[in-house]
Amino acid sequence: MEFLQPPGWREALEARAAHPDALPIWGGTDVMVELNFARTRPAALLDLTHVPELSRWESEDGGVRIGAGVTYTRLIAELGDRLPGLAMASRTVGSPQIRNRGTIGGNLGSSSPAGDALPPLYAAGASVEVASVRGARRIPIDEFIVGPKRNVLGEDELIAGVFVPVRDDAAQQFAKVGTRNAMVIAVCSFAVDVSEGRVGTCIGSAGPTPIRAREAEAFAASAAPEDAAAREFGELVAAAASPIDDVRGTAAYRRHALSVLARRTITWAWETRCA
Amino acid sequence: MSTVTEVANGIGQSVRRPDGIPKVKGEFAYSSDMWADGMLWGATLRSPHPRARVLSIDIAAALAVPGVFAVLTHEDVPGRKTYGLEHHDQPVLAFDEVRYQGEPVAVVAADHPETARYAASKIEVAYEELEPLVDPEFALSDASPPLHPGGNLLRHVYIEHGPEPGEADVVVSGEYEVGMQDQAFLGPESGLAIPAEDGGVDLFIATQWLHVDRDQVAACLDLPLEKVRFTLAGVGGAFGGREDVSMQAHACLLALHTGRPVKMVYGREESFFGHVHRHPARMRYEHGAYADGRLAWVRARILLDGGAYASSSSAVCSNAASFALGPYVVPSARIDSYVVYTDNPPCGAMRGFGAVQTCFAHEAQMDKLAAALDMDPVQLRRRNAMETGSSMPTGAPINCPAPVDELLRLVHERPLPEGDGAVPGGVANVTRGEGVVRGVGYAVGFKNVGFSEGFDDFSTARVRLSEVRGEPLVEVHTAACEVGQGLVTVMAQIARTELGVENVLVLPADTQVGSAGSSSASRQTHMTGGAVQAACRAVREEWEGRGAIGDGIEATREYHHRLTQKLDAKGQGDAHVTFAFAAHRAVVDVDTELGLVRVVEIATAQDVGKAMNPLAVEGQIEGGIAQGLGLALMEEIQVVDGLVRNASFTDYLIPTILDMPPVELDVLELGDPDSPYGLRGIGEPPTISSTPAVVAAVRAATGRELRRVPLRPDDMIGL
Repeated sequence: MEFLQPPGWREALEARAAHPDALPIWGGTDVMVELNFARTRPAALLDLTHVPELSRWESEDGGVRIGAGVTYTRLIAELGDRLPGLAMASRTVGSPQIRNRGTIGGNLGSSSPAGDALPPLYAAGASVEVASVRGARRIPIDEFIVGPKRNVLGEDELIAGVFVPVRDDAAQQFAKVGTRNAMVIAVCSFAVDVSEGRVGTCIGSAGPTPIRAREAEAFAASAAPEDAAAREFGELVAAAASPIDDVRGTAAYRRHALSVLARRTITWAWETRCA
Repeated sequence: MSTVTEVANGIGQSVRRPDGIPKVKGEFAYSSDMWADGMLWGATLRSPHPRARVLSIDIAAALAVPGVFAVLTHEDVPGRKTYGLEHHDQPVLAFDEVRYQGEPVAVVAADHPETARYAASKIEVAYEELEPLVDPEFALSDASPPLHPGGNLLRHVYIEHGPEPGEADVVVSGEYEVGMQDQAFLGPESGLAIPAEDGGVDLFIATQWLHVDRDQVAACLDLPLEKVRFTLAGVGGAFGGREDVSMQAHACLLALHTGRPVKMVYGREESFFGHVHRHPARMRYEHGAYADGRLAWVRARILLDGGAYASSSSAVCSNAASFALGPYVVPSARIDSYVVYTDNPPCGAMRGFGAVQTCFAHEAQMDKLAAALDMDPVQLRRRNAMETGSSMPTGAPINCPAPVDELLRLVHERPLPEGDGAVPGGVANVTRGEGVVRGVGYAVGFKNVGFSEGFDDFSTARVRLSEVRGEPLVEVHTAACEVGQGLVTVMAQIARTELGVENVLVLPADTQVGSAGSSSASRQTHMTGGAVQAACRAVREEWEGRGAIGDGIEATREYHHRLTQKLDAKGQGDAHVTFAFAAHRAVVDVDTELGLVRVVEIATAQDVGKAMNPLAVEGQIEGGIAQGLGLALMEEIQVVDGLVRNASFTDYLIPTILDMPPVELDVLELGDPDSPYGLRGIGEPPTISSTPAVVAAVRAATGRELRRVPLRPDDMIGL
């Protein structure tokens, strides 16, 4: 297996163009598991940890652009005030060691429906920035991920980062159900992002991709913040899920739990905005 | 000459364990860390099917892989082709049939682990798949296909205690299930076999009982015992999962075949297939009681799934029967305990050994009975508590301290914890208190210490006193396995106390000294502690007689516990050496809408006879509670149609530090009349009644019956 370690972004894109079968790696918290179980045997690994551009984030008009190599630990410490939903989700990722290594770019690249950082990005309406030697483009996140562990990344492209809109007075929440109190893959999760005239949502781990509950969003955007509305919102979210029975939980439980998470989180978000 | 009275780091002191800091810093050498010059790596090909005929095995393609030194099948096993703790029913390598998913079929040695695994995948095995027998109830019926020559009933223990059950004012019944728990030791199976010049082999191995491993492997290798020498390598946990051999014979076969050292290390996934698990159980109970709360009678039927091979199933079945009623005075009982063969993963020893399953059931019954009688559940237990002199259902009296009432009183009278602001789910942010209900539950349990039913599981210690640069030095040599419980520390403490010499060296455990028996059944500090004590006292006597150490004083002594008896056809007999008791109170917060639990606190009281090392006692008790909490809330190997669905730590969940609550601990030291220093084994009781205490607390919070562990969120919310 070839090991490529470009020193900068331009070199990384050139390496990617020259080695379309290279597997990009940053923290390795997903990739190394795949390699160790021999589920994947890429011709080359493209180590991006020496690309300084990837580890940066900066404010942009209307939001924050986060480099693909920003770890969960940094998302919590550095962006918790601006993107509280993403920080809440990041806190639920693995153990401290995993949060020190794992990156937001890795979560996007893996494109797992259980990726913890994905629901708040969907709920905020984030766009994934991908690049190649041909240039860069931004893709709405729900068009980037197209199936379980499948995305539209071109074979010469790398994930550069993600742009997350920041709206005035937005209230964000994220909640995740797991059968122990730490280090657990989501049985299901839910993110909500409430701002003036807009409600964004996303269901995690209850369908082939993260799923936005559009009907629930439309309902909540115009509903009065009351218990009955929160309950109705919860039921609309549950109806939007597409869960299955698997080793981590039953479809019926996931649907039920999503109705509870959605009801509680929208209530908290409304309370924040009213306060 | 020193006196025995005052010595630093003797018994009763919280001496720090020598392996503690190296383990925390990642510097401890586990069995998987060993290396030898010219070493090869072994890999195992396992059956993908739970039941199939093996029609043919073609190793040609595997042998052709560059770097491969050997590919062995059952044809290459020179001696006995089967092994087992109680029955030799398990093939070293499969022949004729495979009986569970993951059964070893062939082994490979190669110059790189990946090459070995790749070559194993090139072995072509033709199977004829058969319908797996996976339902233990069906296995018990005459209609099931026999998986072994003697049929599928591995053992039935019937206990007839007292008169036929008759009148009662209140009768409660229930059916209960326990899922398949894994020992989940963190250091997977591993060892290094080195061929010796005398045609024998040396194996460095993580195990619980060197001599029984050695005896089984020597028979398979067709070598005399003296040519098969085992030395303990660094053990990363055991909990019963290392009582059976795993890769021991395979590594030795490959080493002898290739003439090179061979190392085998299982990965986590393979480890789930590499050792036996806790028996899943289905239990039906009926309790009759008088209006004042006294138990009148109990009927119990216990069915254990032994899986494909016998392992220690027979003893687990017997233990389940002996401890089926819990530590209560019951005038009359009829108990049937069965264990059967199926094509599910083999089950055997795990911490608690049969008493865990029945404790879950009898404690649920006691709560149910308390509700039916409108009595406080602790009061009901105390009214029926066993004491010294009470009769076991097997007819023998309890001769050791049996402070059941006191243990219950202690946990009951502890102040209840206040709210601390934490919630189920923790940082997963599922609730700010919505749906959260607090529950409190109690349980008490007991089990035997040491091997039962007439087994003389002695231990041997060799102690040598010498003078090094004018200072006395004690060397302690045993075959007793340090599996993380702290035995090495305790042996040194005993030697210090007995000889008044502070400088003690505990030599590596190996088969060059007599057997120590198994590091299981809460017995090793009792048995090997007794042997070290006896050998030290012999050395001391010689030393006092001589008045000088001279060129050294050595003594080897065996320690035997009192003899026990086999159970007769009605389950009667003085079958157990002694008993250990503990009680638990669990306080939980349950999110009753989501079925998520946070255990707030566990209060426990346990009689340890004598706290040889108070810090180690605390560690064992807390660790045992974590394992019991795991069974209550999350730990289960999910098996569907004989296939394991969650062979990983991603999906087989064990408690993390964020799941484990503070433990409030009362340690009683009621000396055992019949053990060294009065000590009583402590390893298992924490795991036995912690599970039902947690479940009782969740029942209190949810109001649901919850008849199966581990609890599933669906059950807790009634989906």
